Amino acid sequence: MSVSTEVSDRPYDIVIGLEVHVQLATKTKLFCRCSTQFGAAPNTQTCPVCLGLPGSLPVMNLKAFHLGMQTAIALNCEIPKFTKWDRKQYYYPDLPKGYQISQYDLPMSQNGWLEIQDDKGRFEPKRVGIIRAHLEEDAGKSMHDEVSGTADSRIDLNRTGTPLLEIVSEPDMRSPAEAKAYLTELKLLLTYLGVSDCNMQEGSLRVDANINLHVHDGDERIATPIVEIKNMNSFRAVERALAFEAERQYDVFLEEGKRLGDVPKQTRGWDDSLQVTKGQRSKEESSDYRYFPDPDLLPVTVTDEQIQAVRSELGKLPQQIRSDLVQEYGISDYDADVIVNQGPDVLAYFVALADKSGAGKRASNWLQQDILRTLKEQSISIEQFPVSVDAMAELLQLLEAGKVDNARSKDVFAEMLSHGLSAPAAMEKLGIQEVDENEIVDLCRQLLEKNPQIVADVQNGKQQAVGAMIGMAKKVNPNVNPAVVRETCLKLIAEM
Amino acid sequence: MSICAHSATELKNKIDSGELSSAQVCRAFLDQIERLDEKIGAFIQVDPDQVLRDAEAIDQKRLRGETVGPLSGLPVAIKDNLCTQGQVTSCASKMLANFRPPYDATVIAKLRAADAVLIGKTNLDEFAMGGSTENSAVKQTANPWDVNRVPGGSSGGAAACVAAKMAPLSLGTDTGGSIRQPAAFCGVTGLKPTYGRVSRYGLVAFASSLDQIGPIAANAGDAALLLSAIAGHDALDSTSSPEAVPDYVDVVSQPLTGLKIGLVSEHHGAGVDSEVLSAVDQAVKVFHSLGAEVHEVSFPHSKYGIAAYYIIAPSEASSNLARFDSAHYGYRTDEATMMAELAAEKSANPKGEAESPLIRMYRKSRAEGFGTEVKRRIMLGTYALSAGYYDAYYLKALKVRRLIRQDYDQAFQQVDLVLGPSTPGLPFCLGEMADDPLSMYLQDLCTVGANLAGVPSISIPCGFSKSGLPIGLQLQGPAFAEAKLLQAAHMFQSQTDWHQRHPELP
Amino acid sequence: MSLNRSDVEKVALLARLQLSEVEVDAMTKQLGKIVAYVEMLSELDTNDVQPMAHAVELENVFADDVVRPSLDRMDALKNAPKADEECFRVPAVLGD
Repeated sequence: MSVSTEVSDRPYDIVIGLEVHVQLATKTKLFCRCSTQFGAAPNTQTCPVCLGLPGSLPVMNLKAFHLGMQTAIALNCEIPKFTKWDRKQYYYPDLPKGYQISQYDLPMSQNGWLEIQDDKGRFEPKRVGIIRAHLEEDAGKSMHDEVSGTADSRIDLNRTGTPLLEIVSEPDMRSPAEAKAYLTELKLLLTYLGVSDCNMQEGSLRVDANINLHVHDGDERIATPIVEIKNMNSFRAVERALAFEAERQYDVFLEEGKRLGDVPKQTRGWDDSLQVTKGQRSKEESSDYRYFPDPDLLPVTVTDEQIQAVRSELGKLPQQIRSDLVQEYGISDYDADVIVNQGPDVLAYFVALADKSGAGKRASNWLQQDILRTLKEQSISIEQFPVSVDAMAELLQLLEAGKVDNARSKDVFAEMLSHGLSAPAAMEKLGIQEVDENEIVDLCRQLLEKNPQIVADVQNGKQQAVGAMIGMAKKVNPNVNPAVVRETCLKLIAEM
Repeated sequence: MSICAHSATELKNKIDSGELSSAQVCRAFLDQIERLDEKIGAFIQVDPDQVLRDAEAIDQKRLRGETVGPLSGLPVAIKDNLCTQGQVTSCASKMLANFRPPYDATVIAKLRAADAVLIGKTNLDEFAMGGSTENSAVKQTANPWDVNRVPGGSSGGAAACVAAKMAPLSLGTDTGGSIRQPAAFCGVTGLKPTYGRVSRYGLVAFASSLDQIGPIAANAGDAALLLSAIAGHDALDSTSSPEAVPDYVDVVSQPLTGLKIGLVSEHHGAGVDSEVLSAVDQAVKVFHSLGAEVHEVSFPHSKYGIAAYYIIAPSEASSNLARFDSAHYGYRTDEATMMAELAAEKSANPKGEAESPLIRMYRKSRAEGFGTEVKRRIMLGTYALSAGYYDAYYLKALKVRRLIRQDYDQAFQQVDLVLGPSTPGLPFCLGEMADDPLSMYLQDLCTVGANLAGVPSISIPCGFSKSGLPIGLQLQGPAFAEAKLLQAAHMFQSQTDWHQRHPELP
Repeated sequence: MSLNRSDVEKVALLARLQLSEVEVDAMTKQLGKIVAYVEMLSELDTNDVQPMAHAVELENVFADDVVRPSLDRMDALKNAPKADEECFRVPAVLGD
């Protein structure tokens, strides 16, 4: 079955809520001081606390709480004055204590929102509500042992206890595209805040989706059972899984007619190779987590002053940066959006380039075309981009001053990129030099004399006829500036 | 007078003055263990060679002129629910029979830093759940005053070894009376400190919001010596208090003037043994004679204490003991037998829903690794926290806990300390209550209040029954009033000799 | 609220305990008695009472985000009932 991510004209509304788990950028775990560094050899980053050894006790990581507050405030959440830690109890080999320390009825933040928009205009800009964002510890990893052929799973507890912020949205999204836009904007926000590296491959950002349909029945809307989707490893996968699931749910509804409440919430996993969601074995009586306040951890109280202090230390956030770019550099909303969406490092490069060259629009064009294309082609990040801001700014200034034309500037850029040359050095290497004004006048005069038909055409009002002169001039001297040739020719013809 | 007959403080002075070495003292206690413990069963682990090596190392330190810590090489017995690095810490459970923690509990690290010698690990009710030490999966501990009777519990081994002079000092833990009740049954002094006074890091948790570690000793002065070594803030225990620690050794012998004592009326009547009551009445007279005023004070919610306790403690325990799932440490059921069992079930009932090997491993390992009382409490706690019951049981109990705490706050506005029996009855016979968990729980009547409220409490010997069994007097104080409790206990002990009587042992 | 066998069996699964028929019987009786006893708490009006989850009145206890050495892997795995050189081993985790 092929799946389109575009919303079809189906007789139902799609209702989507997302739960995002973000690994916070701390050096140590949430309740012990083991490193959170990714990629260490199995079970080399554990201690009595994260191994859940008898007698060990948790102590809360201050940095993690702080990063949680920053995120919550950036998501426009209320920060309650009092929050506490609860135990969520279930048995799983990657959870050595038999419970996860999380937050249940009094989370550290609630009732926020995130604004999303779509530059393709598929939906109107809207606010997606945030129900809550709370801290909790991550579990370890279980791996099925395929090597030894035994029926064992192998358990690595390095990740156990890593701080996560769980961000739960309201079911405010009405299409897979909105869900993707929410995730993109959320990731961007987290990246700008610097609270997480948001690396989905390393599991620092994980998404679960809840989706059901409101099927139209005259003026009535029939809600179908909610399904939770897991195992989506990219935003693209989220979008596709939701599109698939909406169609699947509608088919099932037509067949079975089950409504919300008729069956318990189902969990399905996204199979990226088959592009389908598949039912998952439900964990036995998994719903009874027996939450209760963790007696080993004390409550946290937060004052207005602290909230204010955290708020004031937040840098500029994506929304604000976009409008500032438009204001300051005269670029379009669309361009500002593209640049900001590239993340803080690309943004910093752009701002430096625009400031240094004094040519905001040109900087925006170069960034979006030549520079981003290079990054993509070479699979490198902006930090690895070999042309410095200074060198790039010099090229833009030369362009701005007409010392090199647009077409040749691309050659100059290619030369700078591949040989690490400065713009003037690259121009010299390519033999590009400014042509003396008198020289151009002489050249144009000679060419006009050889082409009386063009002169006549121009004199008869066919200004565009002068275009042919440019090609001829460049053949004689490749360094001539086309615009200057054009101006000069027109001026000479007028004087004839 | 033999070495073992001396108090810890006397022995410390003798070691400090050079009259005895730590090795001599430790050897004397090891000999006593060798001679008596077969009968008493207080210890579940003693390594005489290691003890003597540690003692000699401290003696060497002294000979080299280095400063020796305040415990001067005195032997200290350790309840076996306190983690000792590299050494089996079993909690008297089959579950942890081979568990060797890779770290020391904070109290153990502090004892080592104070130059104590760890003489052995003592027996307890499995995971500290019980009041008779009969729930140990390892062995039975006998009461040194009558070997047919229980030593109390859960710190039964810890109290019995002090009573039988097999250790001058001993660490116990107290969740609902587990230091004070065995201290009372064994005729020794036992203190449960304020919650947060002593770090719980490395104490295998039973009920985290109630557990405290405390000293068991021959008298208040010795208890002060041990408490000084272990009290204080610990960054590894979030619930540990930053409150400054007074020098208990220094203040313990300073008499209190104008002391106002409250007699708990709810613990002074029905349900309490008459011999216990008359011993408490005698104790009141002693305090009168020392110039203290004694009033009756009321704890109107006292009668709800056991009910609240037996919801909160098992609830926390059910969660704390979830980690014993045989995945990362502890006992695991035999996998081959388990797989065969699952296969047999499958062929007997091919259409039935089979339990996964993982879940079966959890269930069998826990069923085989835990004893009956532990399972009972896990079941009770799991039930109390389960969906639909949380509000009626757990939340309700936490609210009643607040009311009980308020009773204490009100009492301590009127009096400095409150007084009453440590236990409603005398040490009972082995097996007497084994089939009746509820009557066993009711034995905690006088002690659970201090744990629920988080306040300190001490049990000291205050008399003997006609049959020669010890009776304990309980003093309770406001939070962080350990010094006052120790001072009052010391005043009492300076006027009485109950604490100096020894059981007749071979 | 009274407790029956099926409650006890349900709780035993939640608590990951395998109980024999005899144990289920005994547990049903004993837990029933204890639950009946603790019912006395319902006599008290606690509507305006704040639950007391901790015995200390402390809050805001944190540690700084500074890495401390972890255990050697050998020590981490030392107490495992079953492990290889790198990992703990358990019967297959299914359904994930």
